[in-house]
Amino acid sequence: MSLHLKAGSVTFENVTKKYGAVTAIDNVSFSIEPGHLVTLLGPSGCGKTTTLRMIAGLEHASSGRILIGGKDVTSLPATDRDVSMVFQSYALFPHMTVGENVAYGLTVSGFKKAEATERAEEGLALVGLAGYASRLPSELSGGQQQRVAVARALVLEPEVLLLDEPLSNLDAKLRRKVREEIRDLQQNLGLTAVYVTHDQEEALAVSDRIIVMNRSVIAQEGTPRELYEAPSSAFIADFIGDANLIAGEVINADHEKAKVRIDSVEYDLPSRGLGRGSAQIAIRPDSILLEPAPQSSGQSSEGANQVGIKGSVTHATYLGNQMHYSVDSSLGELFVVDYRIDNAIKAGSDISITFATKGMALIAP
Amino acid sequence: MRTSFFPWLVLGWIGFAILPWYALEDGFWAFEWLIDGYPFDSDYAPALLQIFQGKEWLLPLIFPLLFPLWIIRKIKSDPKYASTLIISGGFGLAYLLGQGFSIGIGGWEFSTLESMFGILETRQFGMGYGALLAAGSFLILLTTGLAAAGNLRGDVFVTSAIGIVVALVATFVFLPVGKILVSAFVNEEGFYALSTFTNNFFTKKIWGLECLSSSVSCGVGLNSFFLAILTATSTTLLGLGFALVATRTDFRWKKSLRVLTILPIITPPFVIGLALILLLGRSGTITQFVADLLNIEAGRWLYGLPGIWLAQTLSFTPIAFLVLIGVVEGVSPSMEEASQTLGASRWHTFKQVSLPLMRPGIANAFLIGFIESMADFGNPMVLGGNYDVLSTEIFFAIVGAQNDQSMAAALAIILLMFTLSAFFTQRVWLGNKSYTTVAGKADSGIHAGMNPLLRRVCLCVTIPWALFTIVIYGTVLFGGFVVNWGRDNSFTLRHYADGFGVGWNDGSLVWEGAAWDSFWTTITISAIAAPLTAALGLLTAYLLVRQKFSGKNIFEFGTMLSFAIPGTVIGVSYILAFNVPPFELTGTAAILVLCFMFRNMPVGVRGGIAAMSQLDKSLDEASLTLGANSFTTLRKVILPLLRPAIVAALVYSFVRAITSVSAVIFLVSADHNMATSYIIGLVENGEYGIAIAYSSVLIFVMLTAILLVQKVIGERKLRRADRLAPQSKNSKPSTNSAAMEKQA
Ligand SMILES: Nc1ncnc2c1ncn2[C@@H]1O[C@H](COP(=O)(O)OP(=O)(O)OP(=O)(O)O)[C@@H](O)[C@H]1O
Ligand SMILES: [Mg+2]
Repeated sequence: MSLHLKAGSVTFENVTKKYGAVTAIDNVSFSIEPGHLVTLLGPSGCGKTTTLRMIAGLEHASSGRILIGGKDVTSLPATDRDVSMVFQSYALFPHMTVGENVAYGLTVSGFKKAEATERAEEGLALVGLAGYASRLPSELSGGQQQRVAVARALVLEPEVLLLDEPLSNLDAKLRRKVREEIRDLQQNLGLTAVYVTHDQEEALAVSDRIIVMNRSVIAQEGTPRELYEAPSSAFIADFIGDANLIAGEVINADHEKAKVRIDSVEYDLPSRGLGRGSAQIAIRPDSILLEPAPQSSGQSSEGANQVGIKGSVTHATYLGNQMHYSVDSSLGELFVVDYRIDNAIKAGSDISITFATKGMALIAP
Repeated sequence: MRTSFFPWLVLGWIGFAILPWYALEDGFWAFEWLIDGYPFDSDYAPALLQIFQGKEWLLPLIFPLLFPLWIIRKIKSDPKYASTLIISGGFGLAYLLGQGFSIGIGGWEFSTLESMFGILETRQFGMGYGALLAAGSFLILLTTGLAAAGNLRGDVFVTSAIGIVVALVATFVFLPVGKILVSAFVNEEGFYALSTFTNNFFTKKIWGLECLSSSVSCGVGLNSFFLAILTATSTTLLGLGFALVATRTDFRWKKSLRVLTILPIITPPFVIGLALILLLGRSGTITQFVADLLNIEAGRWLYGLPGIWLAQTLSFTPIAFLVLIGVVEGVSPSMEEASQTLGASRWHTFKQVSLPLMRPGIANAFLIGFIESMADFGNPMVLGGNYDVLSTEIFFAIVGAQNDQSMAAALAIILLMFTLSAFFTQRVWLGNKSYTTVAGKADSGIHAGMNPLLRRVCLCVTIPWALFTIVIYGTVLFGGFVVNWGRDNSFTLRHYADGFGVGWNDGSLVWEGAAWDSFWTTITISAIAAPLTAALGLLTAYLLVRQKFSGKNIFEFGTMLSFAIPGTVIGVSYILAFNVPPFELTGTAAILVLCFMFRNMPVGVRGGIAAMSQLDKSLDEASLTLGANSFTTLRKVILPLLRPAIVAALVYSFVRAITSVSAVIFLVSADHNMATSYIIGLVENGEYGIAIAYSSVLIFVMLTAILLVQKVIGERKLRRADRLAPQSKNSKPSTNSAAMEKQA
C-alpha cells in the first residue's frame, strides 16, 4: 500500500467551547501521541462529539489552543486542516459512486482525475473493497458503507483520523468484526486516530489510551488497564465495567500498601496515595464471592479471606454463562456476577459475602 | 492562502479607473460609448478622470483602493490583514453610497449639505458599470476582512454570500419600501411635512363608513378590508370542503381535484375576471340566457363587490385547498382511530379531534387568502366598477391625471399595514405549527370516514364549484375563437391572427401579430429572471439552513418580507426608488428582472429550505473535512442533490414572472412591455376577444413548460430515487412543490 502517512499529534491546551450559555467543553487539556488510537469515552452529552468536531475544525474553540502535528490550527477552518473524519452516518454522497466518493477529497484538492481514481482504487483495496468502485453507496451493506467511509478518509493521508461512533449503525456481531478491522488498519498504517464511543467495552477493546469525559471535563485519562484497575473516581469505577462502591476505613497506609477495614474484615490493597481515614472501595461484581451462610464455623475456601459478611440474595438472574445476583447486606445493595452456575443460589437465601482483593480499588472519598 | 482579496481589488481598480463610472443613457448593453468620446467625454469617463472634470468628491475613493496594497504580503491570520480590509471595504462602500445619495442630478440632495458646502454646479447620474463594479469590489473586500477576523469560522465564501444577499435585499426590498415611507411625507412642493401624510392617511376616501347608512360607497381601505375578509372566508371554507372530499371520501373524481391546484399558478390574475365578464357580464352568456328566460332586465351586478369577490374566490380557492389538504392529511389517523375506539361517533370525532387539530392550518389558509385578496390587482382592475380597492387606487394615484406620489405612498402604506399584520400574525402566532403536521412521518391507518350529513354538504358545495371552475376555464379556452362573445358567436381565428400572425416577406419570417412584441419580451425577461431568482433563493436557503450567524432571524425575515408586500406596493416603491440616482433603472428591462427576482425569491427560499433540511448535515461536513471549501461543497454535493428543488424553483419563478401583473404594470415601458399589462390594456379598450386569446396562449405556454419540465425531471428523479432508495431518509432530496406553492 502506498499511503504515505505522516501521523501527527493532537494537543488541546485549555480549550473551552461554549454554545451560548451552554458550556460543552470546559477548559480541557490533553495530548495524543502520533500513531496512537485514543478513545473519547463518556456518557451522552459529555462533550465527546464536540471535542472531535473541534479537532476537525467543524467547531471553533471559544478559548484555548488546538495543535495538530505541532502546528497551531486553532483558527484554521476544517477545509484547511489535515484531518479526515468518519461520520456516524457515514455521510457517503448518495449521488456519487463508491469510487467517486473515495476520490472526492483527492479531486477537490487538485489531483488529476486519473491519479485520483487510481488512489481511490488503492484505498478501496486497503479496506477490502477492491472492485466495488462503480457501485452506488446504496448498493452496499452497512458494514461495507462504513469501510468506504474509512477508505474515503484514509486516501487523503491525513495526519489524524477521526471517527465518531463509527460502529453505532451496525449490529452487535458486525460491530466486533469491524472494530477489529479498524484497529488492525490503524496499527498497520501507524495512524493517529481519535475515536468517539459511549460503549466502554468497545473503548477497552480498541484503544491505546482512553480519555473518559464527564460533564464537559476529562474525568480520567490512561490505558485501558489503568482505567479498569485503578479508577481515579467513583464515576470512572462505575462507568468502566460496573463497580460496587462501599464505604471502608484505611487503618494504616504507607506509599505502597494500605490496610483497609470493611465491616470488620481487613484487606491489603495498593494505597494509591491515600492516608488514614475513611475511604471508598470499588469492587468489581465478579470479585464478590457468595457462599451459602455457614451452618458451622467452617472457613471459606479462599484462604486469603476471613469470615464473610452476612447478607441475603434478593434477586437471582440466570444468563446462560453467568448468574447475576442482587444482594442485600449491611454494606448496602450489592451487584454480583458469578460464573459458577451449577450451584446457583436461590433468591431469598442467606449468604456470606467475601471479596477477592484483585478486583478491589481504593478511591478517594 | 487559497483565497485572496487581490483579484477583487483589481476589479475595484478596473471599475474605478477604466470603465465608465456613470450609467449610460443608451442602456446597459449599448456599447456606442466605446467609439464615442471614451474615455474623456464626461458621460463616459471613468471615475479617475471624472475627478479632474469637476467631480472632486470621487477622489476619496482612491483611498480604499490603495490602502489594502500594504497587506498584500501579509498572511490571513495577521490581525492587520483583517482590519485593513474591513476599513477599506467598509469605507469604500459607505462613501460610495453616501456620495451617491447626497449628490444627484440637481446637485446636493439635502439642503443641510448645500448650506454647508455651497451650491454644486455639477450633477451626477446613476451608478454605471464602473460604480457598480467598485461597489461590488468594496463589498467583497469588506466581507473578506470580516471572514479573516474570524467571523463564520473564517469562511470567505459564506461571509461574502451573506454580504451579497444582505446588500441585494437592502437595495431592492428595504430601500424601495423605505422610500415609500418617506415619500408619504413629501408635499407637492417637495418638502417634508407631517401634514401631507396625516391629510392623505386620515381621509374619508380611505376610512369612510358611509356605505353602512347610505348608498355612497365606503372608503377604499375599508373596501379592501371587507373584500379580503369575505374572500378569505369563502376560500377557506371551500378549500376545506375540497380537502375533506379529497381525503375523507371515496368520491370518484377526487384524484382530478389535484389538478385544480396547479391552475392558479398558470393563470394570470385577471383571467378569471375576464371569463366572468363573458359569462355573467351585462351581455354575458348566462346573463342573457337568464334574462330571456325570466324576462328581466340584464343587470350590472357583476361589476363591483360581488364580481370581485366571485373572481377572487375562484382564483384563490385552489391555494386554500393546497394548504388545507396537507393539514387535513396531516391529522394523524391513529388519533381519529383512537377517538373512535373510545366510542365517539364520526361527527364527534370530527368535531372534537380532527377539527381542533386542523385549526392552525385553517387559520393559515385564512391569512393567506386575506393577503392574496388584499394584494390582488387584476380582478379589481377588470371587474371593479365603482367598488374601489387599495391596490387599484394606488395605481390610479400614480398613472392618473393627478400623479400624486404622496397619495400613492400613503395608500401603499395602508395596504402594507394590512398585509404585514396578517403576515406577522401568521408567523408569530402560528409559527411552524401548521407545517409540522404536514411534515409528520408516515402514519399507517385510515382516516375516519365523514359524518354522512357533512359529507353530503361538502359534495353539494364542491362539485358545483368545481364544475363552475371548469366552465370558467372552458370560456377562456373558447372565448378566443368567437367573433364577439355573447353577440356574435360564430367561429373565427381572427383574434389569434391579430395577435400572433406570422407572415413571409422576402423569404424571411415576419412576426406580424400585435402581441408578439410583448410576448417575446415576457418570455425573455422571465427566462432571465428565473435562474437568477432560483439562484438567489437557493443561496439564501443554504445560508439559512446550513450556516449559523448572528442576526439570522432578521436575515430570514428580511428575505421573506417581500412575500407580504403586495405587487402594487412594490411597483410604486420601485418607481419612487429607482428613477433617481444612484440607482437609475426605470424604463429598463433590468428593473423588471430585479422586481421578479425579489418578489419571487421567498418561494425559492422556502423550497430550498424544505429540500435542504432533508439533506443530512454530515454530508456537507464530510465534504469540508475532505478538503473541499464551502463553495465546492455547495456545487458538488448540495446542488446535485437538490436538483428537483432547483427545477421547481426555476419553473415556479418563470411562471410567476409571466403571470404577474400588479408590480409590472408600473414598471413596463414602451420598449419593454409585458404580456399581462398589454392584455389589461386590451381589456380596458373592450377588446375581449384578443385579450382572451392572448391569455389562453399564455396559459398554454406555461402549461407546456411545466409539463415538459416535470417530464424531464420526473424521469430523472425516478431513476435517482431508486438509486437512492435504500439510503437513509436523510439523503432523499424529495421536494414537494406543494410545500413551496403553499407559501404562495
Ligand atoms: N450546536 C449546539 N448548540 C448548543 N449546544 C450544543 C450544540 N452541540 C452540542 N451542544 C451541547 O453540548 C454538550 C455536548 O454535546 P456533544 O454532542 O459533544 O455530546 P456527546 O458527548 O457527543 O454526546 P452523545 O454521546 O449523546 O453523542 C451537550 O450538552 C449538548 O447539548
Ligand atoms: Mg456524540
